[in-house]
Amino acid sequence: MKGNRLLKDYGLPLAAGVIVGVAALILTAMGNPKNMGFCIACFERDIAGALGLHSAAVVQYIRPEIIGMVLGAMIAAVAFKEFKAKAGSSPAVRFILGAFVMIGALVFLGCPLRMVIRLGGGDLTAVAALAGFIAGILVGIVFLKKGFSLGRAYPGRTAGGFALPGFMVLLLALLLFTPSLLKFSESGPGSLRAPLAIALIAGLVVGFIAQRSRLCMAGGMRDVFLLKDFTLLTGFLAIWVTVTIGNLILDSYKLSALSQPVAHSQYLWSFLGMALVGWGSILLGGCPLRQLILAGEGNGDSGVTIFGMIFGAAIAHNFGLAGSADSVVDGVYKVGGIKTPGMVAVGIGFIVLLVISLTHLPKKGD
Amino acid sequence: MIDTRGLSCPMPVIMVQKAIKKDAPAQLEVLADARVAVENITRLANHSGYQVSVAEADGEFTLTLKK
Repeated sequence: MKGNRLLKDYGLPLAAGVIVGVAALILTAMGNPKNMGFCIACFERDIAGALGLHSAAVVQYIRPEIIGMVLGAMIAAVAFKEFKAKAGSSPAVRFILGAFVMIGALVFLGCPLRMVIRLGGGDLTAVAALAGFIAGILVGIVFLKKGFSLGRAYPGRTAGGFALPGFMVLLLALLLFTPSLLKFSESGPGSLRAPLAIALIAGLVVGFIAQRSRLCMAGGMRDVFLLKDFTLLTGFLAIWVTVTIGNLILDSYKLSALSQPVAHSQYLWSFLGMALVGWGSILLGGCPLRQLILAGEGNGDSGVTIFGMIFGAAIAHNFGLAGSADSVVDGVYKVGGIKTPGMVAVGIGFIVLLVISLTHLPKKGD
Repeated sequence: MIDTRGLSCPMPVIMVQKAIKKDAPAQLEVLADARVAVENITRLANHSGYQVSVAEADGEFTLTLKK
């Protein structure tokens, strides 16, 4: 009986973590950037670039993984009768939170999922990000305990729930039938791509299993600290372990803090960038991956959050806020990271999150 | 009756957790509109020594927690 309950509680997140980890390894082997088999922030940033919302030539591509994840979640939600159109929980605030979560992620160079994938590749620079992510989650939890809420969402017309899945279908149609309208990187991370069909299928599978398992990078930590519930953390850890084992088998595990793929060693800013992501994700009720899944289930507020993230990516690259990777120039190791505009943006992000946190606490008498 | 409808994760489970900690009621009714909220509340309730029964109607769930 107890064994059955354990299997029911932990089985799905565990399976989801393993599947996501394997998918990340396959996508990297098939052409995606190293330690970036899956990255929600990076891939939404690439989509922003492909649509011409920013002009960083090295990060432009319509990533089929993102399309697949939203549609995979939608298929699972419809199949299991969980698709429900709803919206109205502070959409504009969620848009702004989405933008700053994206800026924080691009300062570090990865969303929480890529952070785990980087750790699974032996990238020690991501340890600072993990510490920051946990710190941000803890700050978010303080406000949750005080009663923070962005308010209720309300049921809407079913068609409205298909807004973001519909947008994803449109992106897929543009990619398949009118690629000349889009911008595609010819060098850099945006030019490194797994074949379209493989990327789309991987996205569909991950979206489906993430919907069924409720996988969430921020939720895993939050539930441990807030509820002493380790269910969702199982998925987080399973991704880490799977990617680590896979990289060891494929001889691509490199335990080092230097010369890691698409990574920088400005530890303080990796910490602060991911603290912004952790705090923002708690306020939003889920990490960037979870937002994609919720949008696939018909949640219009998560759809708005994703548009906010795409907007944040455009801002990050148009104003030079995003981090740049460490590099070796003429045999000299050059530390990358962010410059003053990125630091200012992170500072503004913390102020904005603090204001949002404080202004959405219960009023006296509530 | 605790109404968690329309609230995003983890508010529903926090509301139930607070009610259990505050009064430790012998019985508690909770209204939810998402299956994920039902799962999370059920898990919390089971760990806190409650049996949970769920009634579904028109896409909404009424959870009855009993000691």
